[in-house]
Amino acid sequence: MEKWECDVCGYVYDPAVGDSSAGIAPGTPFEDLPDDWVCPDCGVGKDQFSKLE
Amino acid sequence: MDPVQLKDKIYWVGAVDWDMRYFHGPTFSTHRGTTYNSYLIVDEKIALVDTVYPPFAGEMLKRIKKVIDPSRIDCIIINHVEIDHSGALPEVMKLAPGAKIYCSPRAREGLRKHFQGEWDYRVVKTGDELPLGRRTLSFIEAPMLHWPDSMFTYVKEEALLMPNDAFGQHLASAFRFDDQVDNKMIMEEAARYYANILYPFSGLVLKKLEELAALGIPISMIAPSHGIIWRKNPGQIIEAYRRWASGDWLPKAVVVYDTMWGSTAAMARAIVEGLASEGVDARLFKVSLRDINGIITELLEARLLVVGSPTINRSYLSALSPFLDDLAGLKPVNRLGAAFGSYGWSRGAVKDIEAKLEAAGLTLAGEGLEIAWVPDAGELESCRQWGRALARKIKEK
Repeated sequence: MEKWECDVCGYVYDPAVGDSSAGIAPGTPFEDLPDDWVCPDCGVGKDQFSKLE
Repeated sequence: MDPVQLKDKIYWVGAVDWDMRYFHGPTFSTHRGTTYNSYLIVDEKIALVDTVYPPFAGEMLKRIKKVIDPSRIDCIIINHVEIDHSGALPEVMKLAPGAKIYCSPRAREGLRKHFQGEWDYRVVKTGDELPLGRRTLSFIEAPMLHWPDSMFTYVKEEALLMPNDAFGQHLASAFRFDDQVDNKMIMEEAARYYANILYPFSGLVLKKLEELAALGIPISMIAPSHGIIWRKNPGQIIEAYRRWASGDWLPKAVVVYDTMWGSTAAMARAIVEGLASEGVDARLFKVSLRDINGIITELLEARLLVVGSPTINRSYLSALSPFLDDLAGLKPVNRLGAAFGSYGWSRGAVKDIEAKLEAAGLTLAGEGLEIAWVPDAGELESCRQWGRALARKIKEK
């Protein structure tokens, strides 16, 4: 599963870790995050993330 | 200066800082000073929107006292945690300990870390409303414009937007409104503010402008937290933000360089001549003599940035570093770049500058230009030609 980086602040979403602050379980792919999920560091939406190569 | 009324029983109660010359530590020059704007809304409930930088707490409280007893403040809206706006909060809370603080979730975290005060926080999100009596406040979250906690407050009945740092300018003045101050000066400072603070968030600026348009809320006045209040023509600054965030440009070039013994300086002047001969408004900046924030501001209009340095220790002069570092963080939108410089026995400056320009998101407009030792007449002519070729790239669009 790919990691995704926030274009605004550099936070990296790692699917292996999930996002406990938003109740996202480890193992959740970025694509499956809810549409209203936001970057836990700076608060911008999913559309501001880029896939890490 | 007395409190200044914006609308019926809505007052500016902020402070004018005529002496502020550097903001954000040493990184942002504010050569026209600044203001910290806080606003008092007197209704059935009394609300204070934002505060001021701590040294000006007394000045703000004096103004508030000319309108009401500060202990009567019911609600304090903190649109942004940064100390120049929230810094006087502890002083206000001493006088109005029962006041409720309305802010975004991230602002609450930030305020707790800044002040350790366990105050009565009311976390709000976009669309939430706070009825004050005759007037109702509504809130619009604005993450990363310019911190994660940033928020706009809107007074519905007055069509008054209080967007905190957005649409602001560092400009000290005895006057508060756009119809009282030279418009060119306000726009210069608004541009300087955008370029040096908001440039990297241009994509988010465009989205926020679309969101405001989609909400369909009328805006009769924009009261930012720094500088002049847009009362005569709030559309002017909204349109300017749209232009800046979109990367619109004029046929203009910014040439930034430094030099050891004059060779790169001679190249820079010839390049400017070449650009100008094709009708490009080329502006030359010797970086060690100039204000970096001013150069960055020029990029809001210029399509092309040309950077020159001689090679020393196989790279560019360290005098260029603060400018190039700043550029990499600010990421100007939709700009072309090119590099040049003289060298003696080894090269490196041009290649390293090009890498920095690309890291800042610029598109290289052509091959770099390097000249050994001192440019002769023919080489100066090739600098002019190089400038002309770059000018044609600008016109290609």
